[in-house]
Amino acid sequence: MTGSATSKRFLQIAPALAIIGFFMLAPLGLMAYVSILEKGLNGGVVWDLHTSEAYVNFIFERDLDDSLILNTDYLQIFARSFGLSLLTAALALAIGFPTALYMSMQPEGRRNLLIFLVTIPFWTNLLVRNYAWILLLRNGGLVENLLHWLGIAADQPLGLLYTPYAVSIGLTYSYLPFMVLPIYASLEKLDSRLIEAAFDLGADRRRALLRVILPLAAPGIAAGCVLVFVPALGAYVTPELLGGGKSMMIGNLIQSQFGAARNWPFGAALAFALLTIVLLAMMVYLIRFRRAPAGGH
Amino acid sequence: MAFKKLLGSVACAATLALTMGPLTAGSAQAEGELFLYNWSNYFPPDLLKKFEADTGIKVTLDVYDSNETMLAKLQAGASGYDVVVPSDYMVKIMIDEGLAEKIDAGSMSNFANVMAPHNAQPFDPERSYSAPYMWGTTGFTYDSAKTGKLENSWKEVFEPRDALKGQIAMLNDEVEVYNAAAYYVGVSKCTEDSKDAQKILDVLEKQKPFVATYNSDGTIDRMAAGEVVAHMQWNGASHRTKEKLPSATYMYPKEGITFWADNFVVPSSAPNKENAKTFINWMMAPENAAMASNFTGYMNAIRGSGAFMDDSLKTDPAVVMPEEFADRLRPNLNCSPAARELRNKVWTRLKK
Repeated sequence: MTGSATSKRFLQIAPALAIIGFFMLAPLGLMAYVSILEKGLNGGVVWDLHTSEAYVNFIFERDLDDSLILNTDYLQIFARSFGLSLLTAALALAIGFPTALYMSMQPEGRRNLLIFLVTIPFWTNLLVRNYAWILLLRNGGLVENLLHWLGIAADQPLGLLYTPYAVSIGLTYSYLPFMVLPIYASLEKLDSRLIEAAFDLGADRRRALLRVILPLAAPGIAAGCVLVFVPALGAYVTPELLGGGKSMMIGNLIQSQFGAARNWPFGAALAFALLTIVLLAMMVYLIRFRRAPAGGH
Repeated sequence: MAFKKLLGSVACAATLALTMGPLTAGSAQAEGELFLYNWSNYFPPDLLKKFEADTGIKVTLDVYDSNETMLAKLQAGASGYDVVVPSDYMVKIMIDEGLAEKIDAGSMSNFANVMAPHNAQPFDPERSYSAPYMWGTTGFTYDSAKTGKLENSWKEVFEPRDALKGQIAMLNDEVEVYNAAAYYVGVSKCTEDSKDAQKILDVLEKQKPFVATYNSDGTIDRMAAGEVVAHMQWNGASHRTKEKLPSATYMYPKEGITFWADNFVVPSSAPNKENAKTFINWMMAPENAAMASNFTGYMNAIRGSGAFMDDSLKTDPAVVMPEEFADRLRPNLNCSPAARELRNKVWTRLKK
């Protein structure tokens, strides 16, 4: 490659680099810096006092005699967030994969219509959709009446709302399109002759699904899982509204540090810990699916 | 692979959305404009129109849900606001942090209307930085049609009788909930003693299974729709609940009840300071203060406003506190950093 071609290519990606630098790296750098500062008396930070206290506080608390004792409160909140996000990704996959498979098997005109339908929820604000779930899930709401009518549940208030179940329903609902669309994208490209070949070679439907379709859709599935798991980790509105604000997730914990606790360094440190974990997950994904999957096996 | 690129950028965006807090407000500056940053649902839209008609100044309203949200935004450098509405202790913090502009409200033409004790508050004795808006209390409301008459005590929410179990909503407000529990167990809400904090936590953890939800938004509708039977509430919200649910009763618990006062303050970064002063002086006129009270359900501090206020307001014990409860009022305090740290630990542990 000649030098001028290199510089031309650099110029072409320069706007993207500038945007990433300005909108991503600069705020991240600021956040990392804030996390090692001393907290201000009334919120904010003291710009010239450095300390690692925020990171120590994540796992330990200081006893009266200044010795460190283990404090698992924050770890438990992180663990809950990861558990709920994993559950959300699993539920979204269980619903999203068959949906995407069905969509990809439709004639082209109908496919576009279906994609359009999948994206419709985005037209309404997330907050409004969460309020809609409150109406659906509350005692005497549509979901409860339906379950009673079907005879699945006993004829008494179920108390679905303000529980972890309500949170996982709300999260799965919110992020389902992020699972459907990437899986659909990889299934749509799938060469149907490969499936025909599988049948010709004696595979039944189940075998064709497990040995041909699933491996070929794996990058889409992985992408969908990441796209659901990562934002679910930072969910803030859904646990407050559908969970009744009873159990914090990481997002609520961070908000509380910038709010009533007025402990910005700790809030920044929590956000940074979350970011590190997310980046690690992304790296695992990139390493695992670095090669083009069609050439594999 | 194009898709991977797409994924990469989407993931970047997701990470970004995760990690970045609220951005600062865009600054705006123009002749004849005023940017008001107020609590949600706390200023009548008609009064904004009246102000625009009276003065020709165009008002833009933005809202927040807690003093701390507003403080964090100003500290982060938001510079678009001309008037904000902090509570008592937050006025002091804003003055100490240099975030409040000196406006000499005490020498404004309408200041003579301000009644004691609001004309000289401990957080701003000369009223150099602030002028009064509304004041009220944080107690709780219950539906007496479903419960009968309750004992005048926080016990009814912290150790609820069977009829209230699972039917209680609390404010999702670390400070208010902690303070109420502190009154109930009889320790200082600014305690720096971890044993006291443990007592507060014990009460809150014992109560938690009986709480339907912690939520500061939509308290009026939640009560009116019958979703819960008792709700920790500000008294003005209680008054507005009663308009929809006549059996709603506001309680002044005997262990103590927080008494607060909200104020107009001009941030030192305000782009339209003169318009802000015009607005603050205008709001101290009796008919304007009365319009605000009629909407919010809270008392104002302006002499002569009673003549313009709705009768339902003047006869509601939630709004006009019966004299016998006066010794139950506890002022808002700005606790020490050590006390705040304990408070946040209790709150986090409650919700871990």
